[in-house]
Amino acid sequence: MIQIDRVDQVFRARDGAGVVALRDVSLRVEANSFVCVVGPSGCGKSTLLRLIAGLIPCTRGSISVSGQRVDGPREEVGFVFQKPTLLPWASVLDNVLMPLKLMGRPTEGPRGRAMELLAMAGLAGFEQKLPGELSGGMQQRVAICRALIHDPPILLMDEPFGALDALTREEMSLELLRIWTERRKTIVFVTHSISEAVLLADQVVVMSARPGRIDRVIDVKVPRPRNFDQQGDPEFQRVSHTVRELIYANRKAAADAP
Amino acid sequence: MRPDDDRGEPELPPGPSAAKRALRAAMPWLAVLGLFVLWEVAVRAFRIPDYLLPAPLEIWSQTYALKAMVGMHTLATLETILYGFVMAAAISLPLAVLVTASPAIASAVYPLLVIVHSIPKVALAPVLVVALGANELPRIAITFLVCFFPLVISIAAGLLAVPAEYIEMCRACRASRLRELWRVRLPYAVPFIFSGLKVAITLAVVGAVVGEFVASEKGLGYLIQSSTAFFKTPLAFGAIVILAIIGIALFQAVVAIERAFFPWAVSDDRFRE
Repeated sequence: MIQIDRVDQVFRARDGAGVVALRDVSLRVEANSFVCVVGPSGCGKSTLLRLIAGLIPCTRGSISVSGQRVDGPREEVGFVFQKPTLLPWASVLDNVLMPLKLMGRPTEGPRGRAMELLAMAGLAGFEQKLPGELSGGMQQRVAICRALIHDPPILLMDEPFGALDALTREEMSLELLRIWTERRKTIVFVTHSISEAVLLADQVVVMSARPGRIDRVIDVKVPRPRNFDQQGDPEFQRVSHTVRELIYANRKAAADAP
Repeated sequence: MRPDDDRGEPELPPGPSAAKRALRAAMPWLAVLGLFVLWEVAVRAFRIPDYLLPAPLEIWSQTYALKAMVGMHTLATLETILYGFVMAAAISLPLAVLVTASPAIASAVYPLLVIVHSIPKVALAPVLVVALGANELPRIAITFLVCFFPLVISIAAGLLAVPAEYIEMCRACRASRLRELWRVRLPYAVPFIFSGLKVAITLAVVGAVVGEFVASEKGLGYLIQSSTAFFKTPLAFGAIVILAIIGIALFQAVVAIERAFFPWAVSDDRFRE
């Protein structure tokens, strides 16, 4: 479970002025639930994720993960970045094992687990390839396997499919749902895509920009297992519509503001 | 069965013929050979005296006649180059790590590096001879000084060029700085390190010869000076040709090491996202 309690985040801009990235953000993410965060660019989605990961400290307020206050990176968290950020000199298998190496843990035992994860992601037989030999979608799948190698109960994903083409993206969304169904985790998933968010999430968190804050949290009651055919479902459409309305209303309000 | 199933695999368009490829491979050698022939013919046609510009065959015969002595000088120079180069590599790597470790150290060390680098090494050479004695030490020191600065700079650049996402990944895994250095920063810097090494090895040849000019009783630099003093220009040219060959060979050796041990660093694939 992730508990975010009245968090403010202020960055110092290059000219020394403070920039408010997040204001008074509170959110509760239940264990093993799938939460998607959507919002316009610059609304602090990524910042929120980095705060939960403990990569940056929050200016005010507090965040706790499984009841413990976050004051630095934690082992029960796996992070998937927008870019695959695979190490180009290491094989696919070594890349998946990299977090363990960086943590200073043994990697001989978990090799089997890494192979299993890769097989689950449809990458069996690619273990010894270099990342450069893989397509963008495959690289991102490796990055997801890497985030899962130490079996973290929490997975934070920062627009992980943002750099992929639309078809690969849909395919990856379904793949992620399948993985999530097989090994339940708490997932916080940041995205620009409303349909992606509705397809994946138990709850969609809509954020607005400048300063970044949470607008509304919407429950998605579309039955699981989900697929893209459900896009025609009334519930799917209702949620998508609400999210879109919120985002555009905010934009318009921002544009109208003096 | 679809209508085009019996067409089989499409044939590859024919590449360049064997003769064409051989010609292309031989082209650099032919060009060099052509230059030498032109040189030989010009010297003979215009009756240029030996002490001004010796012809290639004359250079060869005079150098070959003294092959034992020339070989000794060549080995001496080679030794200076390699000692200086290896020392530069061994010192610049930890220094670059130190410089990139903290901004405070960087702002303290960089000015010193720049000052040392701004001093012309030729000017420093006589002073080093006085300080280090009339042996090979000052020559190695000059070689070292000439080639270590570009090495430090390129290694430091490589260590700092690691994309922020990689560092964030290390932090998310709670990696120690040593592990971050060993697993991510250093491997990432390998192409930078090798471009530094390639510059350094060619500069090391220059440094060794400068050292030998100033104070030496052996080495190809010494050979050039002593033979020109007696107008034995062909021998001086022989030494120059050997220096060029040493430079090319050592450069190619660095390239070969890079290809053999760090093949991923040679291809451009690493910059593909």
